[in-house]
Amino acid sequence: MHTKTLKELAQCLRSGEFSSLELTQAFLNRIKKHQDLNAYITVTEELALQNAKAADARIASGNATVLTGIPIAQKDIFCTLDVKTTCGSKMLDNFTAPYNATVVEKLNQAGAVMLGKLNMDEFAMGSSNETSFYGVVKNPWNINTVPGGSSGGSAAAVAARLTVCATGTDTGGSIRQPAALCGITGLKPTYGRISRYGMIAYASSLDQGGPMTRNAEDAAILLQTMAGFDEKDSTSVDQPVPDYSAGLNAPLKGLKIGLPKEFFGSGLNSDMAATLEIAINEYKKLGAEIKEISMPNLKLAIPAYYVIAPAECSANLSRFDGVRYGYRCDNPSDLADLYTRSRGEAFGKEVKRRILMGTYALSAGYYDAYYIKAQKIRRLISDDFKNALADVDVIMGPVTPTTAFGIGEKMDDPIEMYLSDIYTIAINLAGLPAMSIPAGFIDGMPVGLQIIGNYFAEDRLLNLAHQFQQVTNWHQHSPKGFE
Amino acid sequence: MSLTADDVNKIAHLARLGIDSQDIKSYAKDLSGMLDLMTQMSELNTDNVEPMAHPMDQAQRLRTDVVTEQNNREKFQAIAPQVDTGLYLVPKVIE
Repeated sequence: MHTKTLKELAQCLRSGEFSSLELTQAFLNRIKKHQDLNAYITVTEELALQNAKAADARIASGNATVLTGIPIAQKDIFCTLDVKTTCGSKMLDNFTAPYNATVVEKLNQAGAVMLGKLNMDEFAMGSSNETSFYGVVKNPWNINTVPGGSSGGSAAAVAARLTVCATGTDTGGSIRQPAALCGITGLKPTYGRISRYGMIAYASSLDQGGPMTRNAEDAAILLQTMAGFDEKDSTSVDQPVPDYSAGLNAPLKGLKIGLPKEFFGSGLNSDMAATLEIAINEYKKLGAEIKEISMPNLKLAIPAYYVIAPAECSANLSRFDGVRYGYRCDNPSDLADLYTRSRGEAFGKEVKRRILMGTYALSAGYYDAYYIKAQKIRRLISDDFKNALADVDVIMGPVTPTTAFGIGEKMDDPIEMYLSDIYTIAINLAGLPAMSIPAGFIDGMPVGLQIIGNYFAEDRLLNLAHQFQQVTNWHQHSPKGFE
Repeated sequence: MSLTADDVNKIAHLARLGIDSQDIKSYAKDLSGMLDLMTQMSELNTDNVEPMAHPMDQAQRLRTDVVTEQNNREKFQAIAPQVDTGLYLVPKVIE
């Protein structure tokens, strides 16, 4: 049963082919069998079995939703009531969330069955899942390579069929990049589309949750429940949620696709360029028109992002002070020592690096030169997208410069790691929705195609992704040993 | 632009972030590398560009002034490092 998609499983549960309890048990068994992947930080077995039984009763009573009884796993950045919520950090190793994130609450209400909490880079800061306090997640396509990050556990778990679907979050590519490296479908919605309440904050003006699934059809189902206005999130956008599954089959004839020349320049390796060209050709066959576009300010996205995100991170993470929750050092001599040592002992190196960078950028004398300058560049990048999207319907490009890199390969050089975010972070600065879909393989490792749309055009992105998945089968491949 | 060990100590103090003394040098090197990356920003003239703080250029939403939070004191206290009779305990601040 683990090979079926969310949509297929929902039908099986309804027709009584098997129960949610059987399905949930099957996934729990797979999680145990493949625990070497390190995809999960916490497995909530007892709770899952209990919720599966409740889901079976709900299905029998006839008031089930499409998600009722479907096994799901939550990135460990989402607060889950009475369940350990670590955000991949020693700081929260002892933290049990006192409430549910809105996303978790909505999925629970729909009857989805949570299997556990997924591994991630510490506080979502990383592109390889190597900064997790709980250790690196292995990429099921090659266990010597990284799954990407920060939602590395989510991507690996979906790819290895250790869950039907998962949640992720994306601040600079953290849904799309791991989705690409693990060969699954990941959607970062428009900023404000999904509530951030109870989603532990990294960079609040960039963070956005989203679905990670096997295909676009499943992503549409999951997004349907996750999306929507939330009073509890002051940046949630009050806009109606369309029926994401309704438009999946719309024809693509006449669709205008923009290819930024800045994405396909000399920085892109030739295998990657060739693989993407084949994928984009499929869209031509489906009736789309291709147009070269230019977004001249894209190249400044990395420096602007690595000012803005650390600045927001340094402010957000000041809440971890060893007083109200989380880690506290032993025998603090005074209050300053308690703050300094608790934070020093519990944060990992990458988190510290970003707190320091952000503190510096916001400090007196540097604020204008770094933070305000970066915000101005953010405006110019956003304008580049606005201008481009006035001319074309969607923009396509790579997700990553290469396929999954080796574990440990980039850990000694943070700048090198940051540069691998080149194709994803500009989208977060603009707040636009974007997807990564499986688009082929290079030497047996998955490649993702990125589709970027206009604000609140998630339905259009899903439509494009679904149409591609009707004429290709990249999304149906399974890593060896996990079939 | 490069940061010295003293700079890093100063920033770490502002952030109330303990850094092991043997790591200071490597943070100075990493942060200097990040700052080098950021100097690229100065290549672009941004006079008269309005800074963008938020992707939607949204104004903060207002709501009526009524209590929406539930009282979760027990739950919050249960996960705190050190509490006593409903209070969060920290080392003595005033002698």
